[in-house]
Amino acid sequence: MKYLYYPGCSLKGSGKAYEESLLAVFRALGVPLAELDDWNCCGATAYMSVEETKSYALAARNLAIAEREGLDVIAPCSACYLVLNKTQHALQENAGIRSRVSGALGAAGLSYQGHVRVRHPLDVLINDIGLDAVKKKIVNPLKGRRFAPYYGCQLVRPYSTFDDPVNPVTMDKLVAAAGAECVEYPLKTRCCGGSLTGTVPEVGQRLSYILIKEAMKRKAEAIVTVCPLCQFNLDGYQDQISSRFSEVRLPIVYFTQVLGLAMGLPSGQLGIHRGIIDAGAVLTAR
Amino acid sequence: MSEKRRFEPKIVAFFCNWCTYTAADLAGVSRIKYAPNARVIRVMCSGRVDPQFILDAFAKGADGVLLGGCHPGDCHYAEGNYKTLRRMRLLERMLKGMGIEDGRFRLEWISGAEGDKVKVVINDMVEKVRALGPLDLPGRAKGWDKELEALAHGVRKSEDKKEPTHA
Amino acid sequence: MRIGFYICHCGTNIAGTIDAAAVRDFAAELPGVAVSRDYKYMCSDPGQEMIVQDIRDNKLDRLVVAACSPSLHEETFRKAAAKGGMNSFFFQMVNIREHNAWVHEDKAAATQKAKDQVRAAITRVRFHKALEKKSVPVNANVLVVGGGIAGIHAALTLANAGKTVTLVERDSTIGGHMALFDKTFPTLDCAACILTPKMSAVKNHPNITLWTYSEVSKVEGYVGNYKVTVKRKTRYIKEDLCVGCLDCIEACVFKEPKFRDDFNQGLSKRKPVYMSFPQATPKLVTIDPETCIQLKTGKCRKSCAEACDRKAIDFELKDEMKELEVGAIILATGFSAFDPKRHAYYGYGRYPNVYSALEVERLVNASGPTNGEVVLRDGKHPKAIGIIHCVGSRDEHTNKWCSRVCCMYSLKLAHLLKEHTGAEIYDFYIDMRTPGKTYEEFYDRLLQEGVHFIRGRVAEVNDWAMTPEEEGKLVIRVEDTLAGFVRRIPVDMVVLSQGLEARKDAGDVRRLFNIGCGTEGFFQERHPKLAPVSTFADGIFIAGACQGPKDIPDTVAQAGAAAAEALALVDAGHVELEPNTSHVVEEECCGCKSCVPLCPYSAISFDEAKKKASINEVLCKGCGVCAAACPSGSIRQNLFEDEELFGEIEGVLS
Repeated sequence: MKYLYYPGCSLKGSGKAYEESLLAVFRALGVPLAELDDWNCCGATAYMSVEETKSYALAARNLAIAEREGLDVIAPCSACYLVLNKTQHALQENAGIRSRVSGALGAAGLSYQGHVRVRHPLDVLINDIGLDAVKKKIVNPLKGRRFAPYYGCQLVRPYSTFDDPVNPVTMDKLVAAAGAECVEYPLKTRCCGGSLTGTVPEVGQRLSYILIKEAMKRKAEAIVTVCPLCQFNLDGYQDQISSRFSEVRLPIVYFTQVLGLAMGLPSGQLGIHRGIIDAGAVLTAR
Repeated sequence: MSEKRRFEPKIVAFFCNWCTYTAADLAGVSRIKYAPNARVIRVMCSGRVDPQFILDAFAKGADGVLLGGCHPGDCHYAEGNYKTLRRMRLLERMLKGMGIEDGRFRLEWISGAEGDKVKVVINDMVEKVRALGPLDLPGRAKGWDKELEALAHGVRKSEDKKEPTHA
Repeated sequence: MRIGFYICHCGTNIAGTIDAAAVRDFAAELPGVAVSRDYKYMCSDPGQEMIVQDIRDNKLDRLVVAACSPSLHEETFRKAAAKGGMNSFFFQMVNIREHNAWVHEDKAAATQKAKDQVRAAITRVRFHKALEKKSVPVNANVLVVGGGIAGIHAALTLANAGKTVTLVERDSTIGGHMALFDKTFPTLDCAACILTPKMSAVKNHPNITLWTYSEVSKVEGYVGNYKVTVKRKTRYIKEDLCVGCLDCIEACVFKEPKFRDDFNQGLSKRKPVYMSFPQATPKLVTIDPETCIQLKTGKCRKSCAEACDRKAIDFELKDEMKELEVGAIILATGFSAFDPKRHAYYGYGRYPNVYSALEVERLVNASGPTNGEVVLRDGKHPKAIGIIHCVGSRDEHTNKWCSRVCCMYSLKLAHLLKEHTGAEIYDFYIDMRTPGKTYEEFYDRLLQEGVHFIRGRVAEVNDWAMTPEEEGKLVIRVEDTLAGFVRRIPVDMVVLSQGLEARKDAGDVRRLFNIGCGTEGFFQERHPKLAPVSTFADGIFIAGACQGPKDIPDTVAQAGAAAAEALALVDAGHVELEPNTSHVVEEECCGCKSCVPLCPYSAISFDEAKKKASINEVLCKGCGVCAAACPSGSIRQNLFEDEELFGEIEGVLS
């Protein structure tokens, strides 16, 4: 079992903690992740709707490089995961896009045959490595902790290849394997407001507020997420949200951090200190 | 827009009565549109199709031959389609040996409920055979006849000159 | 040879796409064609009469008609040929409607294709031989599979007509889904009151043999002469001794019922020895081998057996295989209700107070698990109830079809729930579909009763409260498409109106009886309008929801129709079979035996004395596999002879 790791921009910047904890967990599970050579931006944001061919070519360049290695690509960021899969899909379904993109790749001396599989770490952990193998590594179960599993909007829609698009459960299983309890959280795939926080903050922050408030009401001690954008957005504005609506305060952590701590990895390797709302106190057994 | 008229392949299709022929009826009732290139010949079971029928169709000028039967396990006659499959795998090798390209002969399982699959298969086959171009086995056969004639002619001429021949 | 050719316009169905006159003129020039005509409707009386007259006047000896699919009118024109004095197998049909006019748009290309098809038939028909249909006797007995209201009605109809009927039911009792229902729409008469008399009538009818807890395991033979093997599972009860006193249930070592009661949809428990409901027919108990301690471990006090003063319980009983011979079979195997768990966003299985419609049928039933008191799983009584239509219907992700009965039964449940609870009822629908006698009037009645109707497909059901009023409630989020905005409606109970789908094993049953299924999984009728209860297997008929969702009146009507079709078949005493069997031309057979193992019906034997193969035409079903395999070409299949098929190939290509 070997995978290529596509970090995307977030995991090298605001989502550094996600990268650190992801790599640490996979290392501990004995599954090597080799960073994709010479990767570039996935092309998320508004680019897709402005310049179709160029944006697909941008994403396809990553796929073309990955194809030379003949391995599955792990894209931990939900936006990267979505865009790379969307590109894969467009290249398969649309002959016009396929030929234009292949022309663009050709100009850079690249070609892409469409054989790369873009995977999410949740998918790999549950379906390749397996829950049992993960459970075997748990030495420090987070007994007595209650977390709200939050998947965000992009991971299971529209390419819900490995989980239910309405009620995903793969992360619930991993959090439970880590010894913690998942609260019933019906908002697990609602929008976090991320794309509006910068432009229409009163709307974006309201969406974040709903998520955090409801998780607190259900007595969750943290929201566990899979996406660097959700994490940043929910973690970074709690002061503003509090003054705009009502007081909220809840750590927002990555599922890989939860797993890492339960596997007994040192918190320094998992980027726990990087969160704005301190998560250290809730990521231990009670 | 001055391109010349595109090549319209002639496709002979043998459809079993219970599944594929019914599916084509269903496509009709559902008004599903597809390419007009296939000519359907009805047989009770795909197992009735003698490989000779397929060879004969090519010999008489078909650019492609499609054979449609029930899905494995669904044959109206219990197992006729398995016999078809066995026979046609052998035939495919022979066709290749004869220089008839992959894609000109196609075996498909289409159930009576799959009207849409009739469209998909026929359209796809027409596109692929169109890309291969005309087979024109009758024309080629004439060419081969000529070649043979020329060879025979050459032999006669050399005999006329009474030159010593190699053993 | 004098061939008559006719092309049908089928109104504009064919002539709208194919230039019929051009095809007619084209055919007229083909060798051997003596008459070539076109006509608006060839299948009509004047169309057929034209053929009959031409055969007589022009001494035609072959007939080709280009019209619709042979599955529709091949028989019609064969009869016309015979009426004109021609052997009916000197006829060939060309399918230019389903296979041409209806599937192509380019008129020139369609007309060219029609010409090719016609030339193929005209080339082929020259080789046709005079054939006769074989007449075989028909067994007068009928098998009905499935003991729901469809099977019950079909069996009674046939039995009343004096036929001997065997009714096979998989469950331990007949009654089917209808036995689960509380009341029936739109009249609100109680389901049990109208069903149970029919159930007893089945049990007591001298012409009906009732085999419950049984399944058909094998079907052989052909129309009029089916041989069926039925597996009679044992209940571990001697059926002739049990009187249904239920003392054994009382005496079971399990003092309290412990296992899921399927009849009550899991809302109550039962013991390993059980009777589904008091009116179960036959009135026999059954011991469930999955939960009975004696049957699982062999170590039980067997207090049930001790309690039985008739000594009817016997743990040593084994399943039995029974064979029966019948002339016709009616399949009435019913439907499965959609599993609402598949719609994760409605919370079934996650929120205890989300119910399936079938559960609610039991909940409001006076003989149900709560004696008709609507008490929720958390012990509360609902003050507001939401009913959601189209769960597993009209949905791209699950089932695309409308299940036809859900609007009406949702209205019925709305009425019953209001009557039982006095709660506010919110009914969420996409379109209200009430086509049926006095159905719309029933809807109107519900409007008068003050049920709140909200038009819109519900997005989700969850327990996320945004306001104090929503606390502790289930919240239904929906776009009210009449009001034009999104609403959140807090309720205590949600009812999911599950759609109807084909039974999980419909595919296996279909194979067993050699019939077809549509893409949605329901059994395929021979023709959607003109042969709605027939199948592609002669002598096998379908009735009720196994053919597609339908309500009780339609089911009963279809069961009656299937019974009439079966009756018409078995009463005739004999049936004519297509002559498309194969035979060996003895002088050409080289005795290689290639054909012998190919025949799935063991119709081919080898005569060791003559060193020749021979085909038993009674066993031959006419697939032609042997004809294709014979290396010497000595096996001929009637109607599909080599010359005929080569002629057709030549015809489409020249």
